[in-house]
Order: sequence, then C-alpha cells, then structure tokens
Amino acid sequence: MTTPTTRRPRVVILDYGSGNLRSAQRALERVGADVSVTAELAVALNCDGLAVPGVGAFASCMRGLHAIDGPRIIDRRLAGARPVLGICVGMQVLFDRGVEGTQETDGCRQWPGVVDRLTAPVVPHMGWNTVAAPPGSRLFDGVASERFYFVHSFAARSFPVHDAAPFLPPMVTWAEHGEPFVAAVENGALSATQFHPEKSGDAGAVLLENWLSQL
Amino acid sequence: MTVAVRVIPCLDVTGGRVVKGVNFVDLRDAGDPVEMARIYDAEGADELTFLDITASSDVRETTYEVVRRTAETVFIPLTVGGGIRSVRDVDRLLRAGADKVGVNTAAVLRPELIDEISAEFGSQVLVLSVDARRVPGQGIPSGFEVTTHGGRTGTGRDASAWICEAVGRGVGEILLNSMDADGTRAGYDLDMIAATRAVCSVPLVASGGAGQLADFEPAVAAGADAVLAASVFHFGQLRIAEVKVALGAAGHPVRRLRT
Repeated sequence: MTTPTTRRPRVVILDYGSGNLRSAQRALERVGADVSVTAELAVALNCDGLAVPGVGAFASCMRGLHAIDGPRIIDRRLAGARPVLGICVGMQVLFDRGVEGTQETDGCRQWPGVVDRLTAPVVPHMGWNTVAAPPGSRLFDGVASERFYFVHSFAARSFPVHDAAPFLPPMVTWAEHGEPFVAAVENGALSATQFHPEKSGDAGAVLLENWLSQL
Repeated sequence: MTVAVRVIPCLDVTGGRVVKGVNFVDLRDAGDPVEMARIYDAEGADELTFLDITASSDVRETTYEVVRRTAETVFIPLTVGGGIRSVRDVDRLLRAGADKVGVNTAAVLRPELIDEISAEFGSQVLVLSVDARRVPGQGIPSGFEVTTHGGRTGTGRDASAWICEAVGRGVGEILLNSMDADGTRAGYDLDMIAATRAVCSVPLVASGGAGQLADFEPAVAAGADAVLAASVFHFGQLRIAEVKVALGAAGHPVRRLRT
C-alpha cells in the first residue's frame, strides 16, 4: 500500500520593498504552503498562488510594484486564472486609484473605485474587528463571525459594480470603522483582504487555508 | 461592528531574556520571551509588546533574534520598543518580524525622527511611548509632564502638547504610561487618560497601574482603545481571559478566542 503524497501548493510572497514579510511567510507555511519570498518574474508568474503584501503609503507601494513590474505580473496571472491574494495596502493598490491628501496615484485598476482616508474619530483603524461576509464566501468559510486584525488609515469606501458586466459580480465583504469600508473581495482568481490574515491568529489561519484550498 | 478593546501584555527583555520574574506554572522556561509570547497568545492576548531595556547596543542582536523567533511562533501583532534611534533600527526590527515599533526618548530629543520613520514605513508602524507624570501647579497646562529615563528626568514639556505634535508628525498610536501609577497596582491614571483622549486622534494604549480586575474598565471608559499591563499577568494574578470577560460584561467589545 502506498501513501498518497499531498502536494503542497507553491506560494510566492511578492517582495517589492521593506516591511514584515516574515509573518506572512510563516502563516502560510503553517497552513501547508511551500512559500518563497521573491520578486523574480518567472517564479511569481508560475507559482500556484501569489500573495501581494503591502504596508505604508499607496504611492510608495505602487512605486515599489512598478519597479519589479508588479502590475504586469498580476495582469498576466489573472489572464491565466492563476490566483492572487492582496493583503492590506496590497489590496488597496488593486483599485483604480489612491488619494492621500492632495496626492492621487493610479493603482493596478483591477477593480473600480478609489481608496482614500477613513472618516472616524480615531484613525488609524487599529485592532480586531468583525466583518460582514456575503453568503457563499469561500474565504470566510467557517470564520465569518470571527474578528480579524486591521491596521490602516485608508480604505475603499465604495465598490461600484456594473450590473451589465458579463461576469459574476465580485463578492464583497464589508467592515465598519466610523463608516463602512471594503474588508475583503473575492473575484474569481483575484482575492484580497484589507486586514492582515497573517496577524489574525487562528481565524486568519483558517482564512489562508481557505485560500490555499482554491489553488 | 466595532473594533475590540485590545488587552496587551508587556514583557521587559534584555539579552534575549525576560527581566522581571514570572510565575507561570505551565511554563517550560519562564525566562524565554518566545515561550511567554506563546502562552499569552493561547490565552487570548490581542497583541504583544516587548520592551527592550538593554542599555548598550552590543547585546541588541539578541533582541532581533527574539523578535524573529516570536514572529515565527505567534500570529498576533508584535510591538517592540526601547532604544530605537534611527530609521535603520526600525527597518531591522520590521524585517525581523515586528509589526510596530515604539519610540520614546530618542523622539523627545529629536522629534524629526518621527517624520523620518513615518515617511519611510507609514504611521501605522509607529507608536509613541510617553512616560508622563503629574505636575500640578507648575505651569504646565495639561498638568502632565513628559519624562525620560524611566521617569527620573523631567523635560518640562506638556504631555498633551507633545502628543499633539507627535501625531502631527506622523505617529500612529500613543502608548501612555503613567510614571506615578507604574508599579503601584493602584489603577490606571484615569485623569491622564481622559486628558490625552481629548487631544489625541490616534489609538491610545493605557499603561501603568493595573493591579486588579476592576482597574481595566475605567481606563477604557476614560478613553483608552487598549489596555497594557505587565506584572499582574506575569505573576498569574490575572489572566487575559478574565480581563476580557470583565470588559465584555461592562459592554465593551472584546475579541473572544475560537472555541
């Protein structure tokens, strides 16, 4: 009798600047991924799943992404229906553009809408918050009622959906801090979370496992 | 849907070891910060803070190693403070696996450090640690003065004014430590928390004075977004979970562990 070997999904964390990438790497390894942290084009294009992290300013993240041809990597993966997961500012840059003060920066334009400053008495939004996931969400399967760790001052506060589009509309999960904002999106091969699943304890681990199960 | 009040244990570390004695029956090694972090994570801590009290820089390598091992072991946010003087120090800590860094004396001495760090990494990584004490009748408008060197040295600066300036320069969170209440276990300095909340638009972490279960709720009612404590947790006098139950019973949102 032979034991079937389960193949570990190969995940790349796109390395385009400084910040804490170690936590994302370890969190994905913990739930069974074979993780490398790199910006190497061929590896990033061909892996089973690409995670796009991001901290700091929208503009500097876009600069970092452009420097490694990140927007094209994302485009080409999606053209081949290969999964991409954006995390925190890595989600924000998937929208049309970001507005920080008087500075407007073009994003990767995968989704319509603008990322700008949250209106709330206390900003940044820092800590563990609840989310409202739509029925049928695969990412939040089993953890829809859990809290996740957020740390951000900017967010997508609307998600314009074009009813006429010949595709399934994206599945949008909302959260609230002073006002509603987009906490996660599931859109075919492209998924993203505004919160940090790699910092969200066991609930975050389940979410990452849910993502890996789709690879 | 409201963000939960965070309960944060703080560990003083030097040379890779926890400094203050700990008294946890289920610890394999009570002096190992990583082991402590693991226990607190399992107990439901929402975040961890390491305060590096190492005086000289040559033994700081051990701190990076502790941060590295902790980030590989627990999956909750980790803040590291103590002795941070430059953008380079911050970069090294973030790369080792810290999520936030705390600055204190170095920012008092050279406030531009705040601008430099937030420009490079964003406000969300930067915590300003403020050691403040009551100075009634000394011409400081808020009645609270910023101190350095563990409360031994007064600066003559108004704590509220300093916090406003720091937020303007790009700090993303305030860790407010009452030097009067610190170590007394007589409760947080509620007046200091309320005075700070009135001028502070970023998250506020209350620190100093926690001694019993009843001490936490008033700090939150006074305006704290998070409560930090050290010895009451380390000596097992209070458990993280009981603090959360008490806060929850008082109507504050808290994060419960998955069952």
